[in-house]
Amino acid sequence: MRVHIITTTMNNPSFSFNIVSDIMTMWQYDFMRHAFEAGTIVAIVAGIVGYFIVLRRSSFAAHALSHAGFTGAAGAVLFGINPLFGLFTFTMSGAAAIAMLGRRAASRDAQIGVVLAFMLGLGVLFISLYSGYATEAYSLLFGEILGISVADVWTTLIAGIVILLVFAALYRPLLFTSLDEDVAEAKGVPVFGVGLAFMLLIAAATSIAVQVVGVLLIFSLMVTPAAVASRLARRPIQGIMISVVLALLSTWLGLFVSFYLPYPVSFFITSITFAVYILVRLIQK
Amino acid sequence: MNKETIIQAHNLAAGYAGKSVWKQADFSIGKGDFVGVLGPNGAGKTTLFRLLLGLIKPLSGELSVFGQEPRRGNPRIGYVPQRHPVDSETMIEALEIVRLGLSGNRWGFDSPREARNGRDEALAAIESVGAKSLAHRPLGLLSGGEQQRVFLAQALVGNPDILLLDEPLANLDIRRESEMVELIQSIVKSLGVTVLLIVHNINPLLPVLNRVMYIANGRVATGNPGDVLNSQALSALYDSPVEVLRDSRGRIAIVGADEGAHHHDYHE
Repeated sequence: MRVHIITTTMNNPSFSFNIVSDIMTMWQYDFMRHAFEAGTIVAIVAGIVGYFIVLRRSSFAAHALSHAGFTGAAGAVLFGINPLFGLFTFTMSGAAAIAMLGRRAASRDAQIGVVLAFMLGLGVLFISLYSGYATEAYSLLFGEILGISVADVWTTLIAGIVILLVFAALYRPLLFTSLDEDVAEAKGVPVFGVGLAFMLLIAAATSIAVQVVGVLLIFSLMVTPAAVASRLARRPIQGIMISVVLALLSTWLGLFVSFYLPYPVSFFITSITFAVYILVRLIQK
Repeated sequence: MNKETIIQAHNLAAGYAGKSVWKQADFSIGKGDFVGVLGPNGAGKTTLFRLLLGLIKPLSGELSVFGQEPRRGNPRIGYVPQRHPVDSETMIEALEIVRLGLSGNRWGFDSPREARNGRDEALAAIESVGAKSLAHRPLGLLSGGEQQRVFLAQALVGNPDILLLDEPLANLDIRRESEMVELIQSIVKSLGVTVLLIVHNINPLLPVLNRVMYIANGRVATGNPGDVLNSQALSALYDSPVEVLRDSRGRIAIVGADEGAHHHDYHE
């Protein structure tokens, strides 16, 4: 694994209580800098898109899309193409398929499950056909934020900006259809179009988030911070901000801690967001 | 009466996928009318609303709203659908929902000015339904009656000329029911709004209605309450004997209507 090759060349970094100098030390390593850069973009995007995923109760759809992404990436690896390309293609077509299958968000569970199962089956086939290292599959499933290249950072940045621009244009109709679909439709909002566009946004956000937390842990960035935010915020804008801040802090803290401890970044990110979720639920009791 | 006609239908047929739910409907509704829309489940009451909202097209015949074909997104029509989905985990405040009635169909974000005006207008709408204290409370934690008031405020926020209310009295206890009827009546009177209101039980509305649309058996009967809600008229509508009984306080019960009714499973 790339990560381990790199870590063996480090001069055994140790934690000092001077956080600034700690971060400076970390950022001397390209892989750490790239991880912070990509992680930051992904956390912002995931926090925003995630808030609407929770509002619309589409987390199962997000889950399914990440699995479609796994299959796409595995297929791309098999045929020697850039996995990110496979990710985008499959999550995007999966998103379009889910949006086409059923009109009402609430009725999509079974349909999504059908697509998800088939996608995973294909993914398993691709992985078994691939004669290379199992680490490729592992990094798809659980993320490989410490192996992000400069090119990946640029792809993530461009994708992130496009996602945020589309999101900004959709904002009010998206909020309206998420909270009140029948009235939104009567008020002239193109409900189907907005739903389809949002599904594609989830797909794009999932594709870039997979690099950080992997397919299986996508919820930790896309759903958990948003779930906390939706419990706390009375206004959507506040909710979005809480969700983003939480996703950002957990990503940064996770990266920071993992620099000193020999455990996966994704584990720290999921643990931090989960801990905050539990804390909020306890306080609200 | 020299009331301005707001809704006019001539030989109108409504339905889905070419199959009619009701047909040969002729009616006209004037400004300030308070119309009770009655009929068995699946008779096509919500279908009538969907026609007026421009969400579906007539199968045949003519329908005009404000002298024009109905169009989706008409700001002059406020709409409260049946069984609004409210997630009890959604902590978003009532005011935000009302505000969406004003600007939710525009692209992008609110400009600072839009946001300020929007909040002021939404607050005024909430006050007009006597729910000022609910403005900043999470919608998901409000009772059914409180939520109905908020939805009514949302429908009123753009100062519409027509209100379409789909079963606003459902799931309300008797006291809340009469409060809601009073509230709607005061809106009709003070704002001159035309209200079409779908109900199951006509009795709480009898004192305030001035028109009734009874939809059953694939047909629509429209008129003054006394002209529609009597044994002869309903028997003719259903094509089978129906009796309208009155008790000493003027409340009515319709007997025999269910047997003659054709049940369609459309979304009602």
